[in-house]
Amino acid sequence: MQLINPNSNIDFLGKRKIALGLSTLLLIISLLALIPGIRGLNFGIDFTGGTLVEVQFKQAPSISDVRAAIKPVGYEQAIIQEFGSPEEILIRVQNKEAEDSSSISNAILDSLKSHFGAENIDMRRVEFVGPQVGEELTQAGISAVIIAMLAILIYVTMRFEFRFAVGADAALMHDIIIVLGVFAITGNEFSLPVVAALLAVIGYSLNDTIVVFDRIRENLEANRKLKHPEDEVKVCNDSVNQTLSRTLMTSFTTLLVVLALFFLGGEVIHGFAFALLVGILVGTYSSIYVASPVMLQLKGLLQTSEEDLKEMDARP
Amino acid sequence: MHAYPRWKAWLILITLVVSVMAAAPNITSVPSWWPSSLSKPMNLGLDLKGGIHLVVDVDVDVAVSTRVEEEIGTVRSVLRSNKIRYSKLDAKGGTIIVALKKSDELSKAQKLIEDALPKYTSELDGNRLHFVVTDAEAKEIKHNAVEQSIEVIRHRIDALGTTEPVIIRQGERRILVQIPGFDDSAAAKALIGRTAILEFKLVDEKGDLDKALQGDIPPGDIIVYGKEEIRGGKPFKQPYLLKKRTELSGSLIADARVSIDSRNSEYAVTLKFNSKGARIFDKLTKAHVGERFAIILEGKVNSAPVIRERISGGTAQITGSFSPEEARNLSIVLRAGALPAPVKVVEERSIGPSLGQDSIDQGFNSIMIGSIFVLIFMLVYYRLFGLVANIALIFNMILLVAAMSMIGATLTLPGMAGIVLTIGMAVDANVLIFERIREELHIGKTPLAAIDSGYGKAFLTIVDANITTLIAAIVLFQFGTGPVKGFAVTLSVGIIASMFTAIMVTRAIIAYSTAKRDRIEKLSI
Repeated sequence: MQLINPNSNIDFLGKRKIALGLSTLLLIISLLALIPGIRGLNFGIDFTGGTLVEVQFKQAPSISDVRAAIKPVGYEQAIIQEFGSPEEILIRVQNKEAEDSSSISNAILDSLKSHFGAENIDMRRVEFVGPQVGEELTQAGISAVIIAMLAILIYVTMRFEFRFAVGADAALMHDIIIVLGVFAITGNEFSLPVVAALLAVIGYSLNDTIVVFDRIRENLEANRKLKHPEDEVKVCNDSVNQTLSRTLMTSFTTLLVVLALFFLGGEVIHGFAFALLVGILVGTYSSIYVASPVMLQLKGLLQTSEEDLKEMDARP
Repeated sequence: MHAYPRWKAWLILITLVVSVMAAAPNITSVPSWWPSSLSKPMNLGLDLKGGIHLVVDVDVDVAVSTRVEEEIGTVRSVLRSNKIRYSKLDAKGGTIIVALKKSDELSKAQKLIEDALPKYTSELDGNRLHFVVTDAEAKEIKHNAVEQSIEVIRHRIDALGTTEPVIIRQGERRILVQIPGFDDSAAAKALIGRTAILEFKLVDEKGDLDKALQGDIPPGDIIVYGKEEIRGGKPFKQPYLLKKRTELSGSLIADARVSIDSRNSEYAVTLKFNSKGARIFDKLTKAHVGERFAIILEGKVNSAPVIRERISGGTAQITGSFSPEEARNLSIVLRAGALPAPVKVVEERSIGPSLGQDSIDQGFNSIMIGSIFVLIFMLVYYRLFGLVANIALIFNMILLVAAMSMIGATLTLPGMAGIVLTIGMAVDANVLIFERIREELHIGKTPLAAIDSGYGKAFLTIVDANITTLIAAIVLFQFGTGPVKGFAVTLSVGIIASMFTAIMVTRAIIAYSTAKRDRIEKLSI
């Protein structure tokens, strides 16, 4: 079975202006959405600090009933929501300033037990992140993304050339910003596992980009040996076409498993799976439409100069 | 192509056998002759097992200042034995401040105290001497405070009777506490968070409490309050005027047990001092019959009974209308000893047992369904070659589980997600190779030549593409915490395993299945 025509010759790079426009538009929307005043990311307690209590009820309670239950201990301002099913309730409370907040979860659980009866309640999960830890995790998350990008920049520079590396990193930035933008727009919680998913997206998107770059490099080398080299843009476009089948195949199989994770993996890693889902779609697009065009824009070392052409003409 | 290297075939076979053996303990119990290095199943993370996960911060600065305050006694005895009279002797933070009555004795005192406190640097500030604890000593005190806290917390957690708790240092001043299979987070926190500092001080019977409350505290005395109680509908704390000096402390306790107070049948805790403690207690009670001594627990006066007679047995009882639970916890923390510094829970990630099991089920389902999708798709799209890739993928899964078991890695929920992702990405290597073979066929190469150059040309691409993903995974491992780290582990192990299976194993299968035939007209790809 073959879905992609082996002779496919789609003019991807000819449409790079359109792609540039689309990417720019998406980036602007994402960046705007990321501004806290406009929408901003819905940071989870990993970063803001706070307490999260997940409780399973025997019978689905009403949110207002849950709120009434925790009112006596002073948490009527809590964010209370269903989590996956009506029986599952998630309660989130901010840290109290200048006070030990680590026992908030106990107060909440106790009040729920006395209100609904201990036998009707099952503690599923308690998370508490102190203010300082929240700051540290934010720092660690940012450092991780930056260091991953730098390490990749170095590796790709070593294996390819600097402008390839810049192209690869541009594609990565593009993917990360858009995934973040989607999180801001949809209001999905941005938690530590989502940062892990972002790093996986970085790895994945890069994987895709490298495969295309590898083929570009191979074709450029073959091309340079020709007496009359083709235009670099055409070489790149051919490379994208040649690897198109693989790009789509791998994206498809990866999407299959991520969809399995998204629908079956449970509520706890829903955000994680969602980030992967968006990241793989954007990553596939960017390895075709962002990485190579940026690399081409940075013409320099690989561009065949007039002298090179003369030299090649002089070859037997 | 026809002569596939023997050693490679053996390598694959041995790897297969070993990994099947190492993966087996995860599914079934293995017989006793099974090699011990292959008999361990994967560790399940707390998010899958259920349990309490706490990160505790030790206030090490308090440990330093407490230690420095203790050295005031040293300074005092040095000055006294040399008959140097002082007007002020105090400690603030990491500094001891000494002011003398006669300023001409400053340099002599400085010299003497320096000798007594070798780990302090001294400086003269006007009429005062400052002794500052050195950085090295402060570091040492902090380090010891965390180590001691780990010991104390371990003893307290052990008293819960749970299996395999994990209590380890995390970073400079934090302790990670994991209690698998335990879900009473309030009890765990109550047990860990108590400093359990127990002190015995004499009540200043001659001092005027009312005057002291107005700020006129007799020298050598302090005011300490009792526990908050409701009196006349209002919260009230009983103040006590005590001698500053601590006569006896919890460090001299040999044992602490729950008991019943014979007078009112309430729960109490009976302390048994060690021989040194018993001797001090004996002397103290003998010298102060008729006076009161205060039992101060964690900075609050628990009770202040009158000493009726000399107590030489070395036992004392703490009462305070405890619930059985409170009495039990108090006896545990007193037995385990006091924490050298206050601790605070700064992070908690506790998982109830039902959620843990649900996560295992959901993670397992995603892995199964995801694999089945990919297996079917590969078979349909690449036919026989797809089948070969599928065999490699199954091998990859076995290898991944085997490697995780052998290195003792911990499987978490994000880790299971990493396995799912690995499935999707593991076939990528085969997709690259197969697409390349198709291309080579398309430009007119013979099937065998196409296979050769397909593998040859795709190899470097596969390595490049996988190393970049590996870089991201390693960075994640460095910066990630807890469950997220598990994702980095399975992703890295999965990528490495997939390079082996997708390249070497498929190649071997194809080599052996084409070896018998001299000519192949068409590939099932």
